[in-house]
Amino acid sequence: MRIPWRPLLFVTVIGYLAALVLVPVGAILIRVLAAGLGSVLSELGRPAALHAMKLTAIVATIAVVLNGLFGIVAALVIVRQRFWGRRLLDTLVDLPLTVSPVMTGLAFLLVFGRSGWLEAPLAAAGWKVTFAFPALVIATVFVTLPFTLREVAGVLVEIGTGDEEAAVTLGASPWQTFWHVTLPNIKHGLACGVTLTMARSLGEFGAVLILGGAISGKTQTATTFIYAATEERQEGAAFGMALLLALMSMLVLGVLEWLKAPRRKEE
Amino acid sequence: MNAISSAVRCGTGGLALRGAVAFYVAVLVVMPLAALVGKGGAIGASGIFHAVWAPNARAALWLTFWTAALMSFVNAVMGTLTAWLLVRHEFWGRRFLSSLVDLPMAIPTLVTGMMIVVLLGPQSALGGFFERHGFGIVFATPGIILALLFINLPMVVRAVEPVVRELDAAEEEAARTLGAGDIRIFFQILLPPLLPAIATGTLQSFARALAEFGSIVVVSGNIPMRTLTSPVFVFGEVESGEVQTAAAVSLVLLALAAGLLLAVRGLERVLTAHRQL
Repeated sequence: MRIPWRPLLFVTVIGYLAALVLVPVGAILIRVLAAGLGSVLSELGRPAALHAMKLTAIVATIAVVLNGLFGIVAALVIVRQRFWGRRLLDTLVDLPLTVSPVMTGLAFLLVFGRSGWLEAPLAAAGWKVTFAFPALVIATVFVTLPFTLREVAGVLVEIGTGDEEAAVTLGASPWQTFWHVTLPNIKHGLACGVTLTMARSLGEFGAVLILGGAISGKTQTATTFIYAATEERQEGAAFGMALLLALMSMLVLGVLEWLKAPRRKEE
Repeated sequence: MNAISSAVRCGTGGLALRGAVAFYVAVLVVMPLAALVGKGGAIGASGIFHAVWAPNARAALWLTFWTAALMSFVNAVMGTLTAWLLVRHEFWGRRFLSSLVDLPMAIPTLVTGMMIVVLLGPQSALGGFFERHGFGIVFATPGIILALLFINLPMVVRAVEPVVRELDAAEEEAARTLGAGDIRIFFQILLPPLLPAIATGTLQSFARALAEFGSIVVVSGNIPMRTLTSPVFVFGEVESGEVQTAAAVSLVLLALAAGLLLAVRGLERVLTAHRQL
């Protein structure tokens, strides 16, 4: 008797995914609706909440821009150049993926915090880092460092140097080659990397909590706002913001899936 | 040399780019990690050992380790099955299911924790039911494993999918015509080429689980010796000013993560070599 593998597989996998992913997401939606959409929206309209959202958006944008630029340049350097230390650089940029957010926070605290390495010179210059805006940016830039780089590097490896070589033989300068040949070719990878960076920035929690301190109205991002609201038993605000973040993340995911789709058809 | 050297590597231009990249990485990656290693190592090997062997720290490390391991095992199995289903079977809703697999990566881990608390917390219908039968989920270890399973869902699936896609159907058909049964075919023909990819994905999810903070701090209740994991333990130490202990334990976890990263790298090299054959 042949075991009906196909139905078994279907039931097992779909059941697992439904229980693990769909149900929890649905639960939070129901919870928010149960608390009353009106009251949740009014909670989210309060200054502290609005500020948290604005802060998250600004920090995420900065991370996208900085790591986007870094990603392009570093990808070109790592993929197209040969130099001593290239492997090391390649490994170093992947480190942020393996470091726990708590350790990220601690590490930067040791550099910028009280009696930290850079604390004295920065204080002398009047720059506040920890428990201030710069801390949030630094933490977020760290955790999203490799995303754009990896996407662009992948594309560069795949397309090879043919186009660029042709441009050079036709007399293009390095800048012209980059701007008119390389850049359009990596556009897709860049878009994917930017999307991933955005998604990760929205969700960053541990590092910004330790470095920023979640000071309401000053260093509270959307995630630390949720944490603070939970601690203060303000369930409406906490779950409302959580749902908002979940929806934003799903939106970003949707964009990513859409970006990936045309390529799948090419395969 | 070829034309590319002049386009990208040329003298000062290429060097400037390299320098800029190196500087960015030095300031953002090397500096903080060096500070962490320096602080953690300042008390010497015996100091680190004592910090890590203290009852709370030790219990936290063990809890982190075994929950990550258990989750990784389940994830390896279910991830492989999911990848198999997504690649080998056409069905309505396949695209949706594939997006579902990516969802945990997009959702902030803190939100994941809250979803689980809402669904299975003591005040919920489901959670209350389990609790009355003596099986707590939230504020107990099952909650931790559940959160980890959710967050690491895509790891194994995405690692295994491309390999399943490239499996040669001819080998399978040949085995079948020679009379091999389903089980034999699975273990001798299908599984071996998948193993490096499964291992890569599993190691990645294991490493991720060791570092997980956002969801666990909400879900586990952070009870020392019972549901306190290492990242949450380190967080507590930092908040209470015990930076030295925090750094020492972090060092141990970092070393583990670095080791895992190297293992994954090695496996990926095996994988690419294998696929080029």
